[in-house]
Amino acid sequence: MAITLNVNGKRRSAPAASPDTPLLYVLRNDMEINSCKYGCGVAQCGACTVLMDGRAIRSCVTPAKSVAGAKITTLEGLGSAEKMGVLQRAFVEEQAAQCGYCISGMIMTAAAFLDTNKNPSEEQIRGALAGNLCRCGTHSRIIKAVQRAAKEMSA
Amino acid sequence: MSAATSLKSKSRRSFLQQSAGLTIGFSLADPLALAQDAAKPAPLPGSLQTNRMLDGWLRINGDGTVTMMTGKIDLGQGITTALAQIVSDELDVDYKRIKIISGDTALTPNEGVTSGSLSIQDSGTALRFASAEARDILMQAASAKLGVPTSEMTVEDGNIVTAAGKRVTYWEMADAGLLKREATAKVKPKPVSAHKLIGKSIQRRDIFPKVTGGVAYVQDIRMPGMLHGRVVRPPSPRAVLLSVDLAKVKKMPGVVAVVRDGSFLAVACTREEQAIAARVALHESAKWQEKGDLPPPGAALFPHMKKQRTNDTVVSQKTDAAAAASAAKVIEASYTKPYLAHASIGPSCAIGQFKDGKMHLWSHTQGVFPLRNDLAKMLRMKETDIVVTHHEGSGCYGQNGADDVTADAALLSRAPELKGRPVKLQWMREDEFGWEPFGSAMAISMKASINAGGKVVDWNHELWSHTHSTRPYDPDGCNLLAAWYIADALKPGPSRNIPQPSGGSDRNSVPLYVFPQQKVTNHLLVDLPLRASALRTLGAYANVFAAESFMDEVATAAGADPMEFRKKHLTDPRALAVIDAVVAKSGYQAGAKSGDGKSGRGFAFAKYKNLAVYVAVVADIEVDRASGEISVKRAWAAADAGLAVSPDGIKNQIEGGLIQSTSWTLHESLPFDEKGVKAHTWAEYPILRFPEVPVVDVTLINRPEERPLGVGEGSQGPMAAAIANAFFHATGRRIRDLPMTPERVKATLA
Repeated sequence: MAITLNVNGKRRSAPAASPDTPLLYVLRNDMEINSCKYGCGVAQCGACTVLMDGRAIRSCVTPAKSVAGAKITTLEGLGSAEKMGVLQRAFVEEQAAQCGYCISGMIMTAAAFLDTNKNPSEEQIRGALAGNLCRCGTHSRIIKAVQRAAKEMSA
Repeated sequence: MSAATSLKSKSRRSFLQQSAGLTIGFSLADPLALAQDAAKPAPLPGSLQTNRMLDGWLRINGDGTVTMMTGKIDLGQGITTALAQIVSDELDVDYKRIKIISGDTALTPNEGVTSGSLSIQDSGTALRFASAEARDILMQAASAKLGVPTSEMTVEDGNIVTAAGKRVTYWEMADAGLLKREATAKVKPKPVSAHKLIGKSIQRRDIFPKVTGGVAYVQDIRMPGMLHGRVVRPPSPRAVLLSVDLAKVKKMPGVVAVVRDGSFLAVACTREEQAIAARVALHESAKWQEKGDLPPPGAALFPHMKKQRTNDTVVSQKTDAAAAASAAKVIEASYTKPYLAHASIGPSCAIGQFKDGKMHLWSHTQGVFPLRNDLAKMLRMKETDIVVTHHEGSGCYGQNGADDVTADAALLSRAPELKGRPVKLQWMREDEFGWEPFGSAMAISMKASINAGGKVVDWNHELWSHTHSTRPYDPDGCNLLAAWYIADALKPGPSRNIPQPSGGSDRNSVPLYVFPQQKVTNHLLVDLPLRASALRTLGAYANVFAAESFMDEVATAAGADPMEFRKKHLTDPRALAVIDAVVAKSGYQAGAKSGDGKSGRGFAFAKYKNLAVYVAVVADIEVDRASGEISVKRAWAAADAGLAVSPDGIKNQIEGGLIQSTSWTLHESLPFDEKGVKAHTWAEYPILRFPEVPVVDVTLINRPEERPLGVGEGSQGPMAAAIANAFFHATGRRIRDLPMTPERVKATLA
């Protein structure tokens, strides 16, 4: 049974996936979307975060069938290498990555957060990202990047 | 970034053939062969010494690009961007023209392992001299061509122009084989005043694909017909596989091959979720005989370590009987550090393809050549039949599962059912936590004497530790996990220590302070029941934590301010300068009392390996006496890394070290018992989260006239000690055992 999803504004089909295939693998393997990452498989680290109707979800524990009617947005949906979105640009400006493996999840979590909070305090940003793990110690730059994006979005 | 970005549509060979102006056939000089040719090859700077041919480092291409080849690889530190900055300046070509190939046994120089904060020193130095010489060679060729002396020519972005307006470009001379010669290093690199990019912070190349969903990691590589693999590890180290129902698993959906080789088990499937399901089924059906021979966990570990077989070395000894006899007070203290995990966010992953007797592996290893050496031993293949291509993975912080997952992928890719199809083997979270080599636990005893004038007259540092390096390429063993479990098993290499001056377990155990009498003793444990290898800083994190905590204790005994006490024992002006810089930036006030029992400020200093970056740290903490939680509010660091090639890159590394060290110091300790490792998820191995992250501030002292020093591991040790010293400053009590968990804090304050 093919899975059909609305991903980054396009209808995409995954003929070989099963309904209970985790969304992460449908996105990465069937739709060849690189950004969302396998980190823990049990929703503890946030590396696989994508948006479902604007809300941040963990794609590693989300069966593909459960999001069939929803709008899925991945990092690629925020902008491309040629035309980066505000958050992506802010992460480049702040050089807010070391290995960068967590960064897609950070940006997607921040995207959902900034959608509901246009003028966040630093403490609120820290709280919003509390469920996303970074191992390189890039946290302070990630916070600055989110602050920069928030400022640009509200300008 | 390596060359393997466009693999989806092209085979590697066609990729090579399509690269413009690229000569196939590489001059990767074999140092042994060279040694035979010339009795004594002249010493060359950096990695040129072992990779002496210029076209092993640089190629000028007809399409107006330059290919830079380095044996060092990106692992989150952005090193290839910094190396390209060097080439751009020395060769006089626009940075955008430079293509980077890094870490490929078929394409790049052999620079061993990317570790020890040595990339700028080794590869940067080599590329600096190679580029300067290449520029000179091109100028000479242009001079011959145009009949104009080089003194009347200038070069800008690969265009050589004479005073009279004649011109020739590098690209026109691409096919002349001008760089097919051994380097001499006789052309002086440019003076600092002529640097355009060196010393500038430019945006790292690797970050663009990382924030836009490009092919940034080995996990992102897809190839036609690629299968998905998983490995099935034993429940505990050295367990033997007694039985497993392979037939049942082979019937599961999507299963293409199940490999059992002794106690090694792995599966390849059409789809990734099928491989995960097959792995679960294999785990459920497998029966193992376990050993249960790990050391005791918890506090019992350290006395146990001190009773084991050791190789003892006196790392440093200075005797001054007269000074020692003036001792007025003796201070003693013992410190411990538990096993730590690298705990990469992305579990290790590799792709293997075995076709027509040749093996190709894509790996986030730190050393493609050393890994290939051990793979050849394990696979019983010739090294020349194996290619290892680096592609970035999640940050590793030393030897995580990168090499081991590559070995797993190699074994699985040889299953006949795969018929030459590539297989991507992804470790699960519990594979990484359970089977990566850990950073060794350490026990350290300190003893010092001070005289009546409050100066240290005798200093003793004695440490017990397992090895901090069991990487591949050991002459007496094979350091790949799977090799120990296959039917025709190999043994790991013996425990070894990296010798001084860098040191391994004894890294940073020799004081930089000037003491009249001192003794440093390293007890290296011979047996290694719980696998350990390089974790960022090796022994330096624990040694600096202990020595810099102890320096505070001794200062207290001497009635001195800890920062001023250190300065009194230092003579190196650069050490004194970073201390003064961090004091100025943080507003550290000598002799300041805390008084409230809750907030404190700590100081610490180290020069990494005693030969790399100088870092001084001030940390402000708050202690919640009821919950026992320590909160690190702010941290300042001042660093001197000599010539700063990429100032922002250095700051990023130092900041990251402060934060990573906060995590190690407050939270981390590998849970295990006699049978095995008890960490499977982040729940059993919690790390620092955003709300707890200190605000960090890094001051960089740039010394363009000095050679660049490694920075990647400089701030972790001082940060741990600064937190410990801040805790003492706040509470008057000292925590000497890591990590500083709420339970430990409460027990210390009780």
